[in-house]
Formats: sequence, C-alpha cells, structure tokens
Amino acid sequence: MNIHEYQAAELLAEYGIPVNAGEVVTTADAAAAALERLVGPQGTVAIKAQVHTGGRGKAGGIKLASSPDDARDKAGQILGMDIRGHVVQKVYVVPAVEIEREYYLGIILDRSASGITLMASAEGGVDIEEVARETPEKIIRMTADRQMGLLDYQARQVAFDLGIEPDLVNGFAKIAKQLYAAFVGVDASLAEINPLILTKDRQWMALDSKVTIDDNALPRHPGFEDLRDMAEENETELRAKAHGISFVKLDGNIGCVVNGAGLAMATMDAVKLYGGEPANFLDVGGGASAEQVAMALQMILEDENVKAILFNIFGGITRGDLVAQGIVEAMNTVGVNVPMVIRLVGTNQDEGRKILADAGLSSYETMSEAAQQAVAVAQ
Amino acid sequence: MSILVGNETRLLVQGITGREASFHTSQMVEYGTPVVAGVTPGRGGREVSGVPVFDTVAQAVEKTGADTSIIFVPAAFAPDAILEAADNGVKLIICISENIPTNDMVKVYDHVQRRGARLIGPNCPGLITPGQAKIGIMPGYIHTPGRVGLVSRSGTLTYEAVWSLTQAGLGQSTVVGIGGDPIIGTKFIDVLEMFENDPETEAIVMIGEIGGTDENDAAEFIKSNVTKPMAGFIAGRSAPPGKRMGHAGAIISGGTGTAQEKIEALNAAGVEVADSPAGVAEIIGRKLGK
Repeated sequence: MNIHEYQAAELLAEYGIPVNAGEVVTTADAAAAALERLVGPQGTVAIKAQVHTGGRGKAGGIKLASSPDDARDKAGQILGMDIRGHVVQKVYVVPAVEIEREYYLGIILDRSASGITLMASAEGGVDIEEVARETPEKIIRMTADRQMGLLDYQARQVAFDLGIEPDLVNGFAKIAKQLYAAFVGVDASLAEINPLILTKDRQWMALDSKVTIDDNALPRHPGFEDLRDMAEENETELRAKAHGISFVKLDGNIGCVVNGAGLAMATMDAVKLYGGEPANFLDVGGGASAEQVAMALQMILEDENVKAILFNIFGGITRGDLVAQGIVEAMNTVGVNVPMVIRLVGTNQDEGRKILADAGLSSYETMSEAAQQAVAVAQ
Repeated sequence: MSILVGNETRLLVQGITGREASFHTSQMVEYGTPVVAGVTPGRGGREVSGVPVFDTVAQAVEKTGADTSIIFVPAAFAPDAILEAADNGVKLIICISENIPTNDMVKVYDHVQRRGARLIGPNCPGLITPGQAKIGIMPGYIHTPGRVGLVSRSGTLTYEAVWSLTQAGLGQSTVVGIGGDPIIGTKFIDVLEMFENDPETEAIVMIGEIGGTDENDAAEFIKSNVTKPMAGFIAGRSAPPGKRMGHAGAIISGGTGTAQEKIEALNAAGVEVADSPAGVAEIIGRKLGK
C-alpha cells in the first residue's frame, strides 16, 4: 500500500526520526494560514504536492513561498495539477530549511540477498534509481542481520563508508537504526529518506520520506486502513481485492479472466502477441468459486471499452466445474453483452466443459487458439 | 528419484484437516505419493484419506519417520508451521500458503537455513516427480515421467508448460514451483544446479516472470554452470511498470525487472526463450532431436 509523504513523515517521527514537520492542507487559503503558523508571515515554506507518484519536483509540484499571499498563490497553482495522471488534492506545507549536504538513506526488502538491506548514498535528493543504474558504486549497501536486525557497527560502517565526519557518525547511525526499526515496525517493503540532510547548523533531518507498506501485513495493522487515500486508488481494484481477486485495469478492449497470476500475465502477453490489447490483468485466485467468477465477470463488464472476454482456466487448485458453473451463473445474473471465448483445461475439465456445453457455450483446448479467437471477435 | 522427491519420500501434511488441504491430500494419495502423516493441533487421532493425524510435528516425525512436509495453513500461522517442521528435523519443507508478511519470511528463511533444511515457496504450487510423488496442488494427470526438468515461479503457468511437454511426448524428471514471493527458500539457481547434477535430467525448462533479478542471476549462473539444453519463458511482456501483477514479487520497479531485460539476459546465456509457455516444448523437442 502506498501512502503520502506527510503520512510517512508522521510514521517515521513516531520512531524518533527528526522530520521536517509541517501541515497538510487542501485549499490555497489554508496553505497561507499554515505558513503563518509554521514560520510567521515573513518566513519561507516549501509547498509540496501529495500524490502517489515520483517526479513531483520536475513536474512543478514543489514550490517555495515567502509570504501568506505567495503561499496562497503557489498552493493554488499546485492544487488540481495533474502529475503523471495523479490530480493533486492535498499539499504539504513545511518550513524551508537551509541545507548543508544531502544524502540518500533507504531500506528495502532485498530479494537477491533474501534480507532487509540498508542503502545509502552521498548523492542525495536525486533519483536514486538513476544513481543505481548509472553509478552503482556510489550506493553503499548493508544487509541487516536477519534475526537481530541492523547492528550498531553496520550502521556506523555505512556512515564511515559515506565519508561522514566522526562527530556526525553517531547521529547518522542513530537515524539509520530508527529507520530500520520503523521498517520492521510498520511492516514496510520500502522506507526511504531522500534527502536526509545535514542542516547549516549540523543537525540531521529527514526532508522527504517515502514508505510503502507490505500488503500481506495489512491484516495485523488495521489502523493503517485510515492511511489509504481513496482518491489515489482504483475502486474496482479494491473491490476485487476484497473478494480475493487480483485485478489491474489496463487500456485495451479484451477482458481477461484467468486463474493464477503467472498465467494471467502470459494470457495478456498472448493477446498482445496476436495483435490485441488486454483490458485488464485478472487472477481469479486459487480455489475460485462460482461467486468469484461472477464477480470477476461483472467487474470486467463495467469497463465500456471491453469488446470481448477471454477466459483462460487451467485447473489445479481451481476446479474446472466450479469455474464453468460460475460462468453460467454469471451469464444469467450479470447479463453479458459481448462475446465470450473460453479455454478450460485441468482438474475436472470434462465436468466443466459439459456444464458449458449444456448452457450453449463452446470451449477451446489451447491458450493460443483462444487468444487468437478473442482478438478476432473483439475487432 | 530425480531431484528432491520420489518414491522414498515420507510426506507429512501440515494443516491436513483444512478444506483445501484435505482435498489435496486425497489427490496426492490417489497419485501414489507416500503420505505418511498429517498435523493439525487439537485434531490428533483422526484420519484424513487414511492418513493418521497428529497434534504436533514432533509426534508425527517420531511415529512415522516423515522427512518432507507440505504446508497448507493460513498465512498468519504459516511461518510458525515452517519453523515447527524445521525444528523437528524435517529436511524438505514445501509451503503452499500465500500472503505471508514478507518481513516474517526473512527470519524464517534464515532459521530454516541454520537448521540445514530446504524450504520451497512460500506461495508455490509444490513439486512433482511424475509417476512417483506429487507434493503440491498441481493436477497430476498432465505430467508424465521423463527426462525434462522444469523450474518455475508460477503455478498455472507451469501446468501450461508441462501439458505442452507431455503432449509433445516429452516427459518430466521433476517439476518444481519455487513460488512468486519476494523472499523464497529455493531460487532458480538452486534448482538449476540440482538438475545439472541429476543424471535423470537431460534438458531444463525455466519459467520466470517480471519483478526482481532472479532470472538475471540465473542467466549468469547458466553461462558457466549449466551444460544441458534449456528453454525459457518469461511472463509479463505486456505488464505496465509499478503495478503488482498478482504475485507479491511480480512488479516492475524503477525500470528494472522487466520481461525484456530477463529475456535478453537468458538469450545472452544461450537459453532460447519461447513466445508462449507452450512454445518451450517445441524448443526442447528440437534440441533433444525429438
């Protein structure tokens, strides 16, 4: 689950990390008032768009303001702005800070190392993924002990490797450990401070934060549902999730209902290979019930672009007869107005095909036949 | 036995009395898998498909000599189930359960390694040595005994590839689903090494997907360590970046983990990559001259 910068800053502050705290507002007038409260009418603030996407700075979503009128003006420009398809509905107003130096400090779930890895770089404030691609040697990596976590010496070693002066090392190491504690505490899959700055008066401060929560861990953090910004979410995707279905909306016109994530991707690839465009990724899940299939069908039909629906079911844990039953029930309740192409093999395939045949539906043997047929009928 | 499991396996089913677990236990027994025990705390003394149920893994191992375990318990209890198996001397642990919080798996992975056990999964379909032992949720009848080893991150996609091999008359030595999560007990490289060293495997199929760099690491390994003919497939060429495609691990982030870069890495390692999962059978058939 993605959360906003201001929410990430609040979470990190709970773990003792010095963050540049400000106020989140939704109107230009409130931004002006926030400036007065935070720094006084003569002070300077940064006004930052709160959207679930990167590249805010380049898009003009972060601006400085030095008076209430200026803040009202700048916030007015940012609110409503479209940044990579995300419309800005909130801005975070924070005191402007004089920066001596910038660093990158992040913690990621590291698949290659099968662990949790601290990443740091003296190239802070920039796009770290670009640094990783162009000059990977500028990133220092340290995988935490899998049982004991990030150890003191590991955090210190990263600081020394970054060339941080001895009198500042302990302060840096402390923040690294706090960030690790936050990562584990909130069940993050990513927690980063970019930039972590050294101020003119040699204090460490997190100037911008990003936290991504592991979806699998959400059940044990019920309070985090409040952090979800519904404006940033696709309503259909959330509804699907509540029914155990993985759904991702795409731009094509062939709706796909598949069991299994890998096969769902391969089905989209096949549609594309034969000149079509998938309207969605949809994994109906293991042990798909008739009800789930009906739900999947309904969600796909809500998309007006859809001109054909391709079912690709390879039964393993999912039983072919249950899926077939679901398709037939859904046809009766939902009202399907586009052609359906069905490919059904695997566990209980014969029972499934019989159910389909009885309802006047034919089915295909192979995925490529079915994909080609779906592309043909969608045109 | 080809790799990991076979006739001599003694299988324990953890969570055996659950709905999916009891269904799949009956399927595994029907296939001829040596299922010797089941465990569900508080249900000891019962039977599922003729398999005795125990309260603890310790009892099950002591009474039946189980050496391999398959886990079907819900995500919240799965890490504990893996640890219980590893702590009681089970050497091969296959975790089918999905949606386990990823950070929990970091500790579990480490603990299992320290115990000298091997974990497969989580979030995987299991593995099968056709004709001997089916330890997982795959439909047994699509497989046929033979000499092609297959390793995959996906479930149903694996069935698709296996089915195409079987229809082309290419049987399988062992088929291993390693799972779609970011932290998994056994990676492509581990299985590729086993297949390379297995005299009963003549050719290898590897099925990957977007996200992470496991396929790229495997490609590096293949360059200098795998001599057997190989075919590959990578799912997700049409997947948009930044979106999780079902599997927790299937996400293109920061421009890395794309299908294209994985296909290029495999090609550079001499692995021919098919356009469709069924296409791997044609490649293997050609390479084996069949």
